[in-house]
Amino acid sequence: MIRLGALAVGLLFVISALWGAVQPREAASPDMAKELHKHPKHMEWAHNGPGNLGVFGTFDRGQLQRGFQVYKEVCSACHSINRIAFRDLADLGYTEAQIKTIATEYEVASVDANGEPATRKATGADKFPLVYANEAAARAAQNGAYPPDLSLITKARPDGTNYLYSLLTGYSDDVPKGWSKPDTLYYNPYFHSINIAMPPPLAADGQVTYADGSAATKDQYAKDVTAFLTWTAEPKLENRKETGVAVILFLIIMTGLGYLSYRKVWADVKKA
Amino acid sequence: MSFPWAKKYQPTSAVGQWMDERLPLARFVHDALGPGYPTPKNLNAFYNFGVLAGVALVIQIITGVVLAMHFAADTSVAFDSVEHIMRDVNGGWMIRYMHAVGASFFFGVVYIHIFRGLYYGSYKPPREVLWMLGLVIFLLMMATAFMGYVLVWGQMSFWGAQVITGLFSAFPVVGTYIQTLLLGGFSPDNATLNRFFSLHYLLPFVTFGVIILHVWALHIPGSNNPTGVDVKTEADTIPFHPYYTAKDFVGLGIYLILFAAFVFFMPNSLGEPDNYIPANPLSTPAHIVPEWYFWPFYAILRAFTTDFMGVPAKLMGVLAMFAAILLLFLLPWLDTSPVRSNSYRPLNRALFWVFVVVALVLGVCGGKPAEEPWVVLSQVLTAYYFAHFLIIMPLVSKLEKTTPLPGSISEAVLAKYGRSADGAAPAAQPAE
Repeated sequence: MIRLGALAVGLLFVISALWGAVQPREAASPDMAKELHKHPKHMEWAHNGPGNLGVFGTFDRGQLQRGFQVYKEVCSACHSINRIAFRDLADLGYTEAQIKTIATEYEVASVDANGEPATRKATGADKFPLVYANEAAARAAQNGAYPPDLSLITKARPDGTNYLYSLLTGYSDDVPKGWSKPDTLYYNPYFHSINIAMPPPLAADGQVTYADGSAATKDQYAKDVTAFLTWTAEPKLENRKETGVAVILFLIIMTGLGYLSYRKVWADVKKA
Repeated sequence: MSFPWAKKYQPTSAVGQWMDERLPLARFVHDALGPGYPTPKNLNAFYNFGVLAGVALVIQIITGVVLAMHFAADTSVAFDSVEHIMRDVNGGWMIRYMHAVGASFFFGVVYIHIFRGLYYGSYKPPREVLWMLGLVIFLLMMATAFMGYVLVWGQMSFWGAQVITGLFSAFPVVGTYIQTLLLGGFSPDNATLNRFFSLHYLLPFVTFGVIILHVWALHIPGSNNPTGVDVKTEADTIPFHPYYTAKDFVGLGIYLILFAAFVFFMPNSLGEPDNYIPANPLSTPAHIVPEWYFWPFYAILRAFTTDFMGVPAKLMGVLAMFAAILLLFLLPWLDTSPVRSNSYRPLNRALFWVFVVVALVLGVCGGKPAEEPWVVLSQVLTAYYFAHFLIIMPLVSKLEKTTPLPGSISEAVLAKYGRSADGAAPAAQPAE
């Protein structure tokens, strides 16, 4: 009875699935965006360590500071990093005094002595303030586009670190024939829909002046700010890897000892 | 119940004696996983995965309890509280990555555990109830994992909740009522998040209870084994401790190494990047996909694209998705072969491996966007999935010719090591 019932149900599902499989399908319309879309370039990063494996490797502090500079002088015009507190910048190698100086350049919402809304200078405990009060304000100011908060951007996109670098360096004026690009948008094949509202942010070499003598090129800016935004997304990356190496070494020794005990315990069973 | 030759518990101290007469806890452990539990001596590494699944659940519960101390179940701050755990809570990043990766690993070991049971016929008499309790655990895990994923309140959390609860609306008459009840409203919102948090905290303990029943049901007939032949004499068994405790410990070590490799070096490789974008009810992600462990069932759900005999395609897909799991409850009665282990069922063994491939490819299809050739591939494979269990399996178990079974577990083990039962080298072996 069970088997007859099962047969009936089975036939129902099998025939119905196969019926769907033999239905004529609309010919796939060629999707030009898909053809133009490029996968991120594969780059080597200091935080990925030897062989770009991601097992070892630490952030390059100098690069993070340069990246922060690029963020501050370029990206921060439209994009916030609202999950980062000024005190977090200590990770980049800044001293407490330097962090205080950086924080005082920003104003955050506050309440004055009379209870009226006011602003005050930020302190180390504050987070980087939002650039726009809300999404509507951002869209109104940005021609309908919404510049996202960048704190998590490299984790919120597939292969995010490589993606961000590719996007920043991927703008092109050679719009392929047959591709329609509105005048207010820019052509960037690394962006999922190809046409991106963000104007090329790193427009020219020399746009940012580095104090440490690193090459003031667009490519270097892109690398540095990408490294910085990898840090903002995963500030515990170094701690995580260090812990991981120690944990795995411990586990390998433990498992090795466990294996030797297993051999000893089982010696008589295998022989029996 | 146990075998007559099981070692009896003997308290070794006066305190032990005193306690044993009042609460025989030590006796319980001794009989359940100590020297008092005789176990087939030929269990291979695949018999380790039950213990690993138990460890995975314990890891989930411990990390989950700690996460709950810092998580805020409110749509306005849930995502922020998760990032607070990642950035500001001491060791929070490790606890959260262990919990997220741990869910994937839990499903991984449970899938291997289930396929082990399928291969060696562990669902056959007298272990039907054991098998069904295992499936109940699997269903509870799926519900728990789904609700846990929603708690993060990222884009995929929100839209996953929308899609999965939306499935229930396919049922006629009661459908929308069920969906509203699950969501606590008409779309995922604060009520949804709160009830999912409550249930996500509750269900693991329910699962734990069912695991106790599962292990109890295991201890009645004892473990199945790779030959599928019943334990006959003491020579077929060894005490669980120290033999399998030692063996399982090695397996656990290897498991933890793999687990640590993911937690510390590629914690986000098993998840969707979209879930690092805060939930936005006004922006639908391009591809809504569940976590990898739901992909095969997601493929089955999406495989039904045309209305069939008056049943809407959506309802058919939902029914098929639930049926794909529920039919496993009938397995002990669909596979009627008296031989348990596929080692002695050549035809069924070949079909087992076909099914493994079908399940894996269905998984791949489920992770892809609903485009050709993935849709037509999922349709054909879905048809095979149902045909395998409901049509082919009952027939094969009637028609196949099995190979001879060994006389006992002991005989099989000795044959493997090239000795006959009396300890002499087998005759076939050439003399030195």
